[in-house]
Amino acid sequence: MALPDILVYPDERLEQVARPVEHFDHELQEFVARLDETMHASPACVGLAATQVGYPRRIAIVDVSIKPRVKNHGRILLINPEIVAWEGSVVGREGCMSVPDYTGNVIRAERISLDTHDLSGGKRHYELDGFEARAVQHEIDHLDGKLFLDRLVSRRNDLFRRKSYK
Amino acid sequence: MNNWFMLTVVGKDRPGIVAHVTAALFDGECNLGEASMMRLGGNFTIMLMVQHKGSARTLLEILSPVTASLGMHAHVDKIAGELHQHVQPDVRITVFGADRAGIVAKVTGVLAEAGLDILNLESDVGGGKEHPIYIMHIEGCAAEGVEPLQSALDVVTKEGIEASLTPIDTLIG
Repeated sequence: MALPDILVYPDERLEQVARPVEHFDHELQEFVARLDETMHASPACVGLAATQVGYPRRIAIVDVSIKPRVKNHGRILLINPEIVAWEGSVVGREGCMSVPDYTGNVIRAERISLDTHDLSGGKRHYELDGFEARAVQHEIDHLDGKLFLDRLVSRRNDLFRRKSYK
Repeated sequence: MNNWFMLTVVGKDRPGIVAHVTAALFDGECNLGEASMMRLGGNFTIMLMVQHKGSARTLLEILSPVTASLGMHAHVDKIAGELHQHVQPDVRITVFGADRAGIVAKVTGVLAEAGLDILNLESDVGGGKEHPIYIMHIEGCAAEGVEPLQSALDVVTKEGIEASLTPIDTLIG
């Protein structure tokens, strides 16, 4: 089966709020396999949400293991994910498969506690920080119909890492 | 149509400059591309990609009534540029210190030698009149990796300029 096309802004389907997954069945497994394959077809991509392929269910995958020197949990499956705790905030640069040729600065929580589910509906919990936590927040935004464009902060006035005062 | 021009407009800052200039361009059937506009030392400066069917001269004619009334100078160059040519920076450098002659030349000189290609540089003079502070943000591509850049910055920080480097690891999701 051909891989699904990735929707590109301003496609209105990117603004849909995805519905929760109710059936942890064979269809879900097949969809996740196709989502995996679609993500890996783009070597720079570290996450992909079902919304981006026009399937408005609360499903996404994140895998930042391709990035050198980035702490990671390998591939994280997001099914009906929920961020249950946030801590800190940090500016970082983001781009998106659905927004080609543009990157911008976005403020995200530095550390998150994530509740999610596996393919058979079992509960999974992750404590995430840094780049990996950013990727999860970016993908969950897709499930809520949001793009990083909704959260841009100015490049000129953004925060920069400051040395601690002595 | 690939008739891109780089339009530069400079003059004393006042409210409404952007609206007036861009309205004149719209009425003159021009298309706008990427832009950088900012207030520098009480002046307003515009650098703007403009797509226009005619020549540099006809583009200046479209603008002359509005620039004359605003008391601004306009300059137009035909450019070979195009849209969708972004290069993503992979490093961000922040420099600050008591303002003195030569900071920019010193810092950018050692960074260029260490392989930095500057994509974007913004600087400000802050602090009081008695003790001005120079602050500079640079984004660029580290052709030889960030380690040589860090070593270069370590040299300038020994000379009393604060300089820090942060890799930009762009997330594509």
